[in-house]
Amino acid sequence: MGKLVDFGFAWRILPDLLAAGMTTIGITLAGFSIALAGGLLLALLRRSPLAFVSWPVAAIVEFVRSTPLLIQLYFLFYVMPEFGLMLSAPAAGIAGIGLHYSCYIAEVYRAGLEAVPRGQWEACQALSLPRSVAYRRVILPQAIRPMLPALGNYLVAMFKDTPVLSAITVVELMLQAKNIGSHSFRYLEPITMAGLFFLCVSLLAAALVRKLERATALPATQTRKTA
Amino acid sequence: MLREILPLLLDGTLTTIEITLLASALAMLLAMLAALGKLSRWRGLRWLAKLYIEFFRGTSLLVQLFWLYFVLPLPPFNVSLSPFSVAVFGLGLHIGAYGAEIMRGALQSVPRGQIEAAIALNIPPLRRFTRIVLPQALVNAIGPGTNLLIELLKGTSLVSLVTLADLSFRANQVVQVTYLSREVFGITLLIYFALAQCINLAMRLLARRMAHAPAGGAR
Repeated sequence: MGKLVDFGFAWRILPDLLAAGMTTIGITLAGFSIALAGGLLLALLRRSPLAFVSWPVAAIVEFVRSTPLLIQLYFLFYVMPEFGLMLSAPAAGIAGIGLHYSCYIAEVYRAGLEAVPRGQWEACQALSLPRSVAYRRVILPQAIRPMLPALGNYLVAMFKDTPVLSAITVVELMLQAKNIGSHSFRYLEPITMAGLFFLCVSLLAAALVRKLERATALPATQTRKTA
Repeated sequence: MLREILPLLLDGTLTTIEITLLASALAMLLAMLAALGKLSRWRGLRWLAKLYIEFFRGTSLLVQLFWLYFVLPLPPFNVSLSPFSVAVFGLGLHIGAYGAEIMRGALQSVPRGQIEAAIALNIPPLRRFTRIVLPQALVNAIGPGTNLLIELLKGTSLVSLVTLADLSFRANQVVQVTYLSREVFGITLLIYFALAQCINLAMRLLARRMAHAPAGGAR
């Protein structure tokens, strides 16, 4: 057998892997936009005073959260055409991962909104602030702070879940690495490099989230940390 | 038709349950060790624990499974694992790293006064840990731990991609033969949902039992 690690080979496959890595990042960003919007919709519907709206939404969120993304993707990709919804593999993948995470993000929004003390709402009413102003100037600024780190963590989690899309033939980083492996019979370099790519990007992202957490923390919570 | 499909899916479900149980046992062990390592007095242990946690949290589960399955049997390592061992070790290592952070938080949330009181009562360190600190920490760890176990259950679906015949693998197999994708994937989703609810229920019962245990231990 040759060398343990063939650096020349690693260098040669780097461009292909990086290109696939960009696809992975693109999928993540597109999916996250869907998740941010879908999560907001779900969170608002779940807060609806009408029980026949809020209950089914709560059930759907719970169902999606406790079943695997892989099977949800299979469902979108293989079953939806029966209902007349034909999606390409990347479209099904982005829609699937976006919908999966919108159920998680809906909970983040809900928790953030519920964490704002009732007194704040009452004070807004007492000052007869219009509802839009109350939301924009009083409620949301307080609700969004604790949400940001949680949203950041889900962005990273979503990024790390994109390899699942390879199961429905989306050529992202993991599938590209596996393809290179099966062509060249060298799995060590491509799969290790894919792993390192994930590690670097998520460590970087995690550091950014921590920075964001510190930047958005209220003074009161900052002092508590030192205690 | 359903009568022919269900036995296959249930067979896969058993494998899924088996992996979930074994991997969660491994994950809990690793989580406890890594949490203790991270809180340790020795810098080497702290580093080791941090390395393990950051590494396994920072890379995708599927990449880890593929690495164990495709790379490990090749020359530099020459370690050939069965798909079943890859599933248990891969999931256990991955979820253990997440569990370590939960355990660390739970251990740190035990009030210092409890430890000081135990020292004042001259309770030896090991007993102090197992009878005073750990029971209180575990109560705190149950909530996030439940979510993590459900993540583990969902993660088991990925082992189908390293050719282990779990529920997802069977579902795929059945669909390729019968073309009943709607029914089979629908049932599969329902089975996973039912399993997740079982975990929820079991952990809730456990939490209630632990919360009601008389102070100072029953024995």
